[in-house]
Amino acid sequence: MKKLAPFLAPYKKESVLGPLFKLLEASFELLVPLVMASIIDRGIGSGDRGHIARMCVLLVALGAVGLVCSLTAQYFAAKAAVGFSARLRHALFAKIQSLSFGALDRIGATTLITRLTSDINLVQNGLNMVLRLFLRSPFIVLGAMVMAFTVDWQAALVFVVTIPVLSVVVFAIMLVSIPLYRKVQQRLDRLLGLTRETLTGARVLRAFGKEEDETADFREKNGALVAVQQFVGRISGLMNPLTYVVINAATLALLWTGAIRVDGGFITQGAVVALVNYMSQILVELVKLANLIITVTKSVACAGRLEAVLELPGGLSSPAALPDGVRPDPEAPAVSFEHCSLRYGETGDLALSDIHFSAAPGETIGLIGGTGSGKSSVVNLIPRFYDPTEGSVRLSGVDARDYPLEQLRRKVGLVPQKAVLFQGTVRENLLWGRADASDEELLEALRAAQALDFVEERGGLSSPVSQGGRNLSGGQRQRLTIARALVRSPEILILDDSASALDFATDARLRRAIRELPGRMTVFIVSQRAASVRHADRIVVLDDGQIVGLGDHDTLLRSCPVYQEIYYSQFPKEVDEK
Amino acid sequence: MKEKRKTQLQTLRQLMHYLRPHRAMVFLSLLFAAVSVALTLYLPILIGEAVDQIVAAGRVDFSALSGLIFRMVGVILLTAAAQWLMNLCNNRITFRTVRDIRNEAIAHLQRLPLSYLDSHPAGETVSRVIADVDQFADGLLMGFTQLFSGVLTILGTLGFMLAINLQIALVVLLVTPLSLFVASFVAKRTYSLFFRQSETRAEQTALIDEMVGNQKVVQAFSHETESERAFDEINDRLEKVSLRAIFYSSVTNPSTRFINGLVYAGVGTVGALVALGGGITVGSLSALLSYANQYTKPFNEISGVVTELQNALACAGRIFALLDEPLETPDAPGARVLDHPAGAVAARGVSFSYRPDRPLIENFNLSVRPGQRIALVGPTGCGKTTLINLLMRFYEVTGGSISVDGTDIREITRESLRRGYGMVLQDTWLKEGTVRENITLGRPDATEEELISAAKAAHAHSFIKKLPEGYDTVIPEDGGSLSQGQKQLLCIARIMLCAPPMLILDEATSSIDTRTELKIQEAFARLMEGRTSFIVAHRLSTIREADLILVMNKGQIVEQGTHESLLAQGGFYAELYQSQFAK
Repeated sequence: MKKLAPFLAPYKKESVLGPLFKLLEASFELLVPLVMASIIDRGIGSGDRGHIARMCVLLVALGAVGLVCSLTAQYFAAKAAVGFSARLRHALFAKIQSLSFGALDRIGATTLITRLTSDINLVQNGLNMVLRLFLRSPFIVLGAMVMAFTVDWQAALVFVVTIPVLSVVVFAIMLVSIPLYRKVQQRLDRLLGLTRETLTGARVLRAFGKEEDETADFREKNGALVAVQQFVGRISGLMNPLTYVVINAATLALLWTGAIRVDGGFITQGAVVALVNYMSQILVELVKLANLIITVTKSVACAGRLEAVLELPGGLSSPAALPDGVRPDPEAPAVSFEHCSLRYGETGDLALSDIHFSAAPGETIGLIGGTGSGKSSVVNLIPRFYDPTEGSVRLSGVDARDYPLEQLRRKVGLVPQKAVLFQGTVRENLLWGRADASDEELLEALRAAQALDFVEERGGLSSPVSQGGRNLSGGQRQRLTIARALVRSPEILILDDSASALDFATDARLRRAIRELPGRMTVFIVSQRAASVRHADRIVVLDDGQIVGLGDHDTLLRSCPVYQEIYYSQFPKEVDEK
Repeated sequence: MKEKRKTQLQTLRQLMHYLRPHRAMVFLSLLFAAVSVALTLYLPILIGEAVDQIVAAGRVDFSALSGLIFRMVGVILLTAAAQWLMNLCNNRITFRTVRDIRNEAIAHLQRLPLSYLDSHPAGETVSRVIADVDQFADGLLMGFTQLFSGVLTILGTLGFMLAINLQIALVVLLVTPLSLFVASFVAKRTYSLFFRQSETRAEQTALIDEMVGNQKVVQAFSHETESERAFDEINDRLEKVSLRAIFYSSVTNPSTRFINGLVYAGVGTVGALVALGGGITVGSLSALLSYANQYTKPFNEISGVVTELQNALACAGRIFALLDEPLETPDAPGARVLDHPAGAVAARGVSFSYRPDRPLIENFNLSVRPGQRIALVGPTGCGKTTLINLLMRFYEVTGGSISVDGTDIREITRESLRRGYGMVLQDTWLKEGTVRENITLGRPDATEEELISAAKAAHAHSFIKKLPEGYDTVIPEDGGSLSQGQKQLLCIARIMLCAPPMLILDEATSSIDTRTELKIQEAFARLMEGRTSFIVAHRLSTIREADLILVMNKGQIVEQGTHESLLAQGGFYAELYQSQFAK
């Protein structure tokens, strides 16, 4: 909990005052049975009407003061809990923004999203409940017992027996059912998985005619879920009846001892009524306490998950400005890799080893190789998505690690493998590239990215893009992501296998348009298609994380066996000869 | 408003349909609820009578007291039993209804047309089947019994109070409107505030989903500050609305406790005065006091339950809307089962569009002889994937007809038609389960040898062997750590194993490196021998070997022929082909 405490610190006042006012309210509540006892004994006993009226006013006053205290307490509790969770959410979101790609790979987006949403909500709930009730309920339970002692210590002994018995019942039921609830959650997760599968795999499942099997599987898992649910329901269903029995048994015991004590002249009839009242107050509070404990257990688990995110090592550190005297040299290679090797995670094989080459300003570099050969890993080093395990990457002669991160990334226009767009308009998506770009510049980028036609057809820059770009085809999405990268007029453009959904003709037009763009943009084209890289100034051939060929198309075709193999698998020899 | 009420009524009627099998249970649950309420209310009377036996020193009637205590023991035990039985009934009704609805929902999903699935985000449908059903169960069934026992408690309390003393009961009745007023005031405020809270929350979740889900892109474009700003803006609004919602909802308890206190004071005072006049005994007063305590509580609960009920009905409405989605048109009566088709596929005058206002495929004609290899070529969005949707009957043609072996596919059972095709799509999909289960998806009865030889043919055997548990490695939905290429290899192995008479390969090897692909092509070539195959590919090598190349553009076949004849024509295909070598 240490990591989370600072978020509550600004609400110290609220966190103290909330429970305090709650205690005040509870104290007033505890006085009520005493007042009533006095009405019975003095009012009815000696026929004092004035006393009855005074006590009535006192009761109403107690209630009113209690109400004010309680509202104050609720307000403080809500304010502290909501403010705490808002701050925590902000901190978590900011933390996620700074996570390294390695950390993101390890954790996965789904769980981060759940933590930012439902986990925080549960924690907020728990905190709110704790501030409101955690002091109140035990206070009332113990307070009622203490008050009972002030009435008559011998009759109050019944309380001393009852409270532990009740606690045992309540906690035993909870101890048994909490792990069962966890099991319910697991089985529900499995059901959720199956439902997702039915939807995402609909084409394949139907193609294989597996609908019946899937339904049967679902039914079985559903049955298993219901079985646990019913079992745990049966156990937790005991809670109410059992506590009812215990409390009322205690009430009977109270009546009996009370009778003996009254008979002996030690206490009055009113005192017996007061004792019975205290007993019923205990019942109400214990049930609340049990619910509270369930909520708190859940939120503590969630709080743990949140802390785990906050404890993740921070992302990359980068200087606020370039070191003194270090200045990018426009004549130096735009990018140079100097004996870079890369290992993902702590262990595992090297994904890249001894990558050493450089790209001059304005040069187009093709990267080709099989699945898992390390093409993407190489280009990921340029904007420091990952830092090389050994060696260094220099941009315009300066080590990438010496650039402020934002300055570094502003130099780079990246078109990722997966064409990701965001909900909004085409314009809003393109402005990700550069926030102050004019409409003319956006249209220019669209034209180069071969996206102008379809964007105009859909209604221009203001046409809507749905979440993830679902309302666009794969090829259209890809062209928009290319345009987005072009908008920032980057010094370095990286196309990470980003034309895979384009047909050859569009792909070719795209490459031509990029070549014709003004400026000395250095372009990295990552692809599996020989056609996409063959016109590059130089081609880097990768195999198993190593460079096995470097040169232009003709040289490589003569000298590099891996390149030959790739090329001829796509362009059988005779075609080329034609 | 009227509209809303009508749909709520409709939802209720549909709900009754699901409760019907549990009629007896519902009846029992209500019965037990009634019994436990009645007994709970009876107990204070007995306690009151007991108090009356304890008047003062030397004036305690122990024999009467012990008789009363025995009766109370009986009442307490009966109450507890009734409560427990009621819980059991409610559990059973709730969980079984939920189970039935979920089972029906999943069966329904299996038969919904793909047009529905394609146009609705999976997450949303999943949340209907899982979260909404849960919410509905909690709210509706629990709410139902609480509502019932709440109303019974109020009526019962009033009845008992009236029986004990008219004046005191009148005091309680006078305060009732106040407690109703407070409850409804708070409930109304809370409802609209909670509604706004969940709206804001949904807005924030959407942003989180988008930004965190694509964190790498966000960082690549240094968009962190902007996303944080957008996040904080919503976060601030959420904080404000949450504070108000939570505070207002938490006003309910203290307020009703206060009113409770008023009732209590009123009963105490008036009761004491009446007792002075000899109207009631102290024991009756104590019974009245405990009624006063119980009386206001249900008002509080009922107001909560009504919101809960509305929420539950809204959820139920969403589920029923899903269950009401029209299914795929059922197989025609007497539809044929396609058994080992020869593979003659023909399309006559087919037209199709996803949206009525945007015609896509029009007057499409095609005739394929058994065993022919058809390559589909054309620019992005020309209708290749749509054609596959129509061949598999994932979508229905809007005009014309498609036939296999001379039978209109609408006259063939969907299952046998689809099993007739082996399909590998660019978007690979794997099921959560072992590698073995995934490969044998189409033929669960395959032997180990068949399994391994299929995996070998797909060049998947060697990497499967390297997985921690080999063929028994469990892979999460959508492959987890497997690369896109490896996933595609598994999908290919799946087809190699069941070797259906016709094949559809939509960019089946797009993510596999070319050298492995070359090797798989040989296996594919063997597989395609004598099988009608439709191939969508960018790679020329694949296209060139086809018997017939269909060049598509804008939903039409613009050219068809062999590679050589099309090149000679110098048309669209030749242009596409040349573009690969364009400088």
